[in-house]
Amino acid sequence: MTGEPRGSVPLTVFEKIWTSHLIRQLDDGRDLIFVDRHVLQETTSAPAFEGLRRAGRAVRHPELTVATQDHIVSTAPGRDEDSNPTGRELLGLMRRNADENRIRHFGVDDPRQGIVHVIGPELGLALPGCVLACGDSHTSTVGGLGAIGIGVGTSEVEHVLATQTLAMARPRRMRVRFEGRVGEGVTAKDLILRVMGEHGIAAGRGCAVEYAGAAIEALPVEARLTLCNMSIELGARFGLVAPDETAIEYVRGREFAPQGEAFEQAARIWRTLRSDDGAEFDREVAIDCSRVAPQVTWGTSPQDVSGIDERVPDPAAFADAKRRDLAAAALRYMGLEPGTPLDSIPIDIAFIGSCTNSRLSDLEAAAAVVCGRRVAPGVRALVVPGSMAVKAQAEARGLDRVFRDAGFEWRDAGCSMCVSINEDVVPPGARCIATSNRNFENRQGPRSRTHLASPAMAAAAALSGRIADVRKMRPA
Amino acid sequence: MRQPFTAVEGVMATMLSANINTDAIIPSAWLRTATADYGRGLFGGDRYDADGRERPGFVLNRPPFRTARILLAEENFGCGSSREAAVWALLQFGIRCVLAPSFADIFYENAFRSGLLAGLIDPATLAALVQSADRHADRPVYRVDLPARTITAPDGTGHGFRVPASLAEPLIRGDDAIDTTLRHVDEIEAYYIAAGAERAWLYPAAEQG
Repeated sequence: MTGEPRGSVPLTVFEKIWTSHLIRQLDDGRDLIFVDRHVLQETTSAPAFEGLRRAGRAVRHPELTVATQDHIVSTAPGRDEDSNPTGRELLGLMRRNADENRIRHFGVDDPRQGIVHVIGPELGLALPGCVLACGDSHTSTVGGLGAIGIGVGTSEVEHVLATQTLAMARPRRMRVRFEGRVGEGVTAKDLILRVMGEHGIAAGRGCAVEYAGAAIEALPVEARLTLCNMSIELGARFGLVAPDETAIEYVRGREFAPQGEAFEQAARIWRTLRSDDGAEFDREVAIDCSRVAPQVTWGTSPQDVSGIDERVPDPAAFADAKRRDLAAAALRYMGLEPGTPLDSIPIDIAFIGSCTNSRLSDLEAAAAVVCGRRVAPGVRALVVPGSMAVKAQAEARGLDRVFRDAGFEWRDAGCSMCVSINEDVVPPGARCIATSNRNFENRQGPRSRTHLASPAMAAAAALSGRIADVRKMRPA
Repeated sequence: MRQPFTAVEGVMATMLSANINTDAIIPSAWLRTATADYGRGLFGGDRYDADGRERPGFVLNRPPFRTARILLAEENFGCGSSREAAVWALLQFGIRCVLAPSFADIFYENAFRSGLLAGLIDPATLAALVQSADRHADRPVYRVDLPARTITAPDGTGHGFRVPASLAEPLIRGDDAIDTTLRHVDEIEAYYIAAGAERAWLYPAAEQG
């Protein structure tokens, strides 16, 4: 269980963690896996608790379960559970279900409230080598710490509540290697968007993806969380970076992480969690980081992405007929003409937030661009920190002043304009540059148009009034 | 126990595009309450105009597809958000089976958990079914038999589809997945005790109630 190679068979880090959580192989060939941590949110858990009640079942391990309110909460400063009236029912159900089942609940009145995938690592709930499940597709985020994050639907939320396990087919092994030097202004967001641009949104289907290479080892943990976050956009349910000293130091001292000698014991195990030399992968792809510019999407799928120095592509240029049709439909929806320089597209809204890019380092990167400048006239710009703890840390550093002075809204924590299930909605036909993860049709509201990019790029666009190359921004 | 699934017979609608995502299947506007009418929200962004009126051109607004029980689609159906309401929306509309060359991982699990058959078809079968549906546009009634893994067209032509036994058998029997897992409850607890002995730092003590 320490993750040492068994015999002479080299194993991937994913296999080591999976195997150490294997209760048994089931007769049908699937594996029954123990879940160390289960994180609940209000929009996918209510029917699961209802199912438990109907069947007369209890929550098996409430002490391994935590809940928060993030999706439908209002992000208006000073909000409470009633601020967004349409969210009241689901927020109340989350609180009641947590209370009745003795589950720790970080509600809007708790300074630890925040987006599930932000607070998991931040509070030391997600740990290297652990298996964490959550009823949200971006649960792979915690892979940035070297954990297996499993995004599940509501039936599986109920299954985890009742059994503390998941029955799953063992995924295929995929590795994405990041080679070469990362250029100035290029972030983890740009790297993962580039993977989709080159390999498509189904490249990781059925796979657990390991992100590796010198460029990844050099990334701080928050950037690794961003990278692993978008595994689902690559089609993969799982994505991780092997834990190293950077990950271990990130965990040290966090509220729910092991402390003292227990931490040192844990760290000894975490240090064994690396893919062995010669470990086999079913699929390997490589990205040359030196050729990656800041990325921005132009279509309605995360694979519709190009470097900021490029133009809106001509659908006719795609060799594949289906891709051609999809691209043409995407440009119609987005209201874009082929050949338009990406850095000339005007925007109405700039949204900095979401489980992809709402951590302190994201806000710092955006603030560094904003500092001393003003949001362009007519642009609504908003910053939604990923957790109330991130918000407090940012305020301690004065970032709120930087954003507010520039004309940004400085809001409370939640999923906000990524899933737009609360009141943070992009109006019909409006164009939004967003640091979130999905640019699907209608995602940010009916007929909303979304361009995905990094926090620094979103900040540059907010100031310019159009999508802009952050590398060309003159000092203020 | 849930309702055992053996076969579904009814109108087959086709939606020929790849990467139909779960935000499209059930937009977030229909996820704001615990008791939403998901069937009405199915493909809400495409099915209704800005004033909430049905768009007559959308396939599921046209007879005979208003009563579709089977949906034929292209690659990577159900990608994106994990929202299981995408499956519930299809079921509440009346669709019991989706046939596609591939499905996104989380949607695929959710489908079987909630009693929706997601059948994998070869690209050649997809092409044949599209042609067949064109020929039988007046009465596109198909039969999908899960135990036999067959799709039967109105003219009697047969096609195959694939489903892993691990997902098909519980659907056919109507098994409750939690009951099935709880048969191993002793092993689950044995694992927890052994893992807790080795990694005590990972498992906070349960509060005494």
